[in-house]
Amino acid sequence: MNSSSHRAFSLGRIAAITVNTLTELTRLKIFYVLLFFALFLIGSSIFMARLTFQQEFQVLKDIALGSMNIFTSVLAVVATARLIPQDLEDRTIYTILAKPVPRSEYLFGKLAGVLLLLALSVIIMSALFFVVLNIREQTVLSDTARQMGAAPAEQVAEALDAVRASAFNVNLLSGIAIIFIKACLLASLTLFVSTFATTSIFTTIVMVFVYFIGHLEGIAREYWLQANSAGWMTKAFLGLVALLFPDLQLFNLSDDIVVGTAIPLALFVKTIALGSFYIVFYLLLAWAVFYRKEL
Amino acid sequence: MIRSLAVFLSLALFGAAKLPAEHALAATHRDLHLRAVDFGLDLREQIGQLGFIAALSGFRSLVDDALFIQAHVAWERTEWGRVLLLFQQVTTLQPRAVLFWDMAAWHMAWNASAAALSDRAQPRLALRVKAQREYFALGKDFLERGIKNNPDRPQLYEALGRLYRDKYLDHEHAAEFFAKAAQLPGAPSYDKRFAAYELSHCEGREKEAYEHLRQLYDLGERERLPTLLRCLKEMEIKLDIPLAQRIPDQLP
Repeated sequence: MNSSSHRAFSLGRIAAITVNTLTELTRLKIFYVLLFFALFLIGSSIFMARLTFQQEFQVLKDIALGSMNIFTSVLAVVATARLIPQDLEDRTIYTILAKPVPRSEYLFGKLAGVLLLLALSVIIMSALFFVVLNIREQTVLSDTARQMGAAPAEQVAEALDAVRASAFNVNLLSGIAIIFIKACLLASLTLFVSTFATTSIFTTIVMVFVYFIGHLEGIAREYWLQANSAGWMTKAFLGLVALLFPDLQLFNLSDDIVVGTAIPLALFVKTIALGSFYIVFYLLLAWAVFYRKEL
Repeated sequence: MIRSLAVFLSLALFGAAKLPAEHALAATHRDLHLRAVDFGLDLREQIGQLGFIAALSGFRSLVDDALFIQAHVAWERTEWGRVLLLFQQVTTLQPRAVLFWDMAAWHMAWNASAAALSDRAQPRLALRVKAQREYFALGKDFLERGIKNNPDRPQLYEALGRLYRDKYLDHEHAAEFFAKAAQLPGAPSYDKRFAAYELSHCEGREKEAYEHLRQLYDLGERERLPTLLRCLKEMEIKLDIPLAQRIPDQLP
């Protein structure tokens, strides 16, 4: 390649690595196993708990969003944790980096591949979820219309509106978007951990701990910021936890969305912004570690 | 070594920068009642260690649904003690789900109370009635706590109105809660009618009840349902309303 035509930053090169990573990941058996279980769980929720329509929709939505949350989080960690160690094992990393490909582009491409995989998974699961929800909604609507055949038209319309309101609301989309952002954050953090980890198992174990600590971080922060709440050693420890770990509880809005709580647009935007901020920061940190890593 | 230190320092500095943003966002969550669950030791004792960890890890709704389905099975087996225990866990885990409070109250005040009254194992009627009233109280407690957690939702006010009307035969309180439900956004149109009907049963408040019923009647054909017409007629007779001001006879 002519050195004068070589650009320091190339979207084309990143895209090539992204596509390659995505292809690699979609060939993983674990991806299909996880996706199958998530889809099975979402699909089977249609047969679960034949209760009243309101309970049924709530259980259906809970299971669907819960499955998405579990699946995307596990996939983000498992898929990202193996990227660098696998490339090292297969020696493909040497082939790539021996070419004029900056390490930053390699990392960006790898992360973009995982994010694309997560996006695809979320789209597939959301599509199935909305199909299942729609099928149940139509069934309940026709049942309600049949049962209330003799009632005045106004009462029938009110009952049908109640069914529609219980089934789909636009906040579900916000919930799904936040689940996706949380998974992206986990992927970015896993990439950072994997830049200094020696094996993918180590990265996965670290991430499991980070996941739990991240969900407790909010409590640690509240205690740390409270005056006279604890001794200095406890405070120092809680402070360290609050500073080093992301607060993953902030991304758990789906529980409230399912029960019909409206999420204000400002809160949604702030949550997405915070998630994006984390993703970029951990990616930069991963690059800082990977930049001079001896391979 | 220097690089590791720099990375650690970057993390800490980033942490210091993100802390106010996270704190503000958490405060917004609290203001919107999005973090209504108190993850204390009481909850851990209630749902067990595994459930507690799952709930803490962001799978609260899944744990909650599993418990709800268990409660449903316990209801089918008429294990009332277990139904109560499970619904206490369910409502603790998901206090913003109106449906769970409503279901818990319904099971206690309607199903368990009826079962207690017809309990063959208890030969003494007085004790059966006592047990029945205890279940009414449990249902009422669920609804009152549900209202505290969801003051902006009409369903639980309405359910409490029904409980006062059907179980306690307390029309005054029933009218009060139906009226409260009717004032909230998203309330069904019948809540205001129910409030007026209940008021018509309250001794000494006939005039007030008549005015409410008449207001509804004047809203047009949509509100002129058989029960409303019957209640209005009764009030007209009771209050001796002049013939000219009475509504026309529409009932057969």
